[in-house]
Amino acid sequence: MMFCDHCGERLDSGVHTECEKRRTLEPPRYCPQCRRRMKVQVTPRGWTATCSRHGETDSPS
Amino acid sequence: MNDVLTTAREQVLARGDGLAEDQLFEVLSLPDEAIPELLELAHEVRMRWCGPEVEVEGIVSLKTGGCPEDCHFCSQSGQFESPVRSVWLDIAELVRAAKETAATGASEFCIVAAVRGPDERLMSQVRDGIAAIQAEVDINVACSLGMLTQPQVDDLQEIGVHRYNHNLEAARSHFPSVVTTHTFEERWETCLMVRDSGMELCCGGLVGMGESLAQRAELAAQLAELTPHEVPLNFLNPRPGTPFGSLPVMESEDALRTIAAFRLAMPRTVLRYAGGREITLGDLGTRDGLLGGINAVIVGNYLTTLGRDVEEDLELLGELRMPIKELSKTL
Ligand code: SF4
Repeated sequence: MMFCDHCGERLDSGVHTECEKRRTLEPPRYCPQCRRRMKVQVTPRGWTATCSRHGETDSPS
Repeated sequence: MNDVLTTAREQVLARGDGLAEDQLFEVLSLPDEAIPELLELAHEVRMRWCGPEVEVEGIVSLKTGGCPEDCHFCSQSGQFESPVRSVWLDIAELVRAAKETAATGASEFCIVAAVRGPDERLMSQVRDGIAAIQAEVDINVACSLGMLTQPQVDDLQEIGVHRYNHNLEAARSHFPSVVTTHTFEERWETCLMVRDSGMELCCGGLVGMGESLAQRAELAAQLAELTPHEVPLNFLNPRPGTPFGSLPVMESEDALRTIAAFRLAMPRTVLRYAGGREITLGDLGTRDGLLGGINAVIVGNYLTTLGRDVEEDLELLGELRMPIKELSKTL
């Protein structure tokens, strides 16, 4: 993982503690491998995030 | 006891008449020390006029993002640099979401689309989606599809939409600072058509968007004037990239005063915790609100953000001895 999936910045470019905290109440928005904005579908009990290059990730069950 | 609370005890608790705008302003201006007494009264009002049951609902976004409107709080507007991308849910996923919601004991499932108003493509997707849900899931279906025309209102009623959500968002005097692509009156118009259609009207708003206390009281009074069946109360969750993205999260004391004021404005209405409660109130505040006038919750996730764990919410209701309203009692 090279990019923060919340803010899209490089993980080694600063501190992402606030992003991690926010991610407890938000799905990911950026692909951690290429930082493309992902298509995200939130459902009542989960989410699915799709990167056009790196495919689909689901919420942990 | 504070004067306005003495009056509210007589006017709202005993007679069931909601407080007027100037009285609501007084309630919203009460000092922090008066909050426990205020919440206690709002809870008594809710128990007297609505009872102990809590209405549980799940929501899902059928069409996310790319909305042409510019509501300054919304991450789904296509006018701002928000990270939310446009996406559609298919019918199989919609039915799955309805089943997940029904499994929590919820009686209401709301289908939401980020649009100014529905076009034929959306109406047809909604028609097919509702038919598929009705064939497989025992739950009331609600919709929130923006501003409607009269034929669309008639159509939705005909296909069995039980409740329609269209929020006022903000008080009339604050509205132009929140939305510029449509007017408060346009929203009001849709609400009136829905209310007169036979569908239940669900109409609420957001607080914490830089409004004054007088404007917060104004919003509650304007909602009360519409006599909606349900009022969802949202607290601003500042979204990155939106014009309100750097506003502070509302203080929890203000949020609790607002909950109680809304209950004292509308003693018989279903008052629902909607978006933003997690970051505004946390676990402790969620409990305080349920003991301060709230009698409905959205369980699980929201449209683009995540909610509290469903089981935690259901456990909390059990602990507070607040039974979940059964589907049969909502019909
Ligand atoms: S109309 Fe609805 S989806 Fe569109 S910007 Fe306003 S709140 Fe967001």
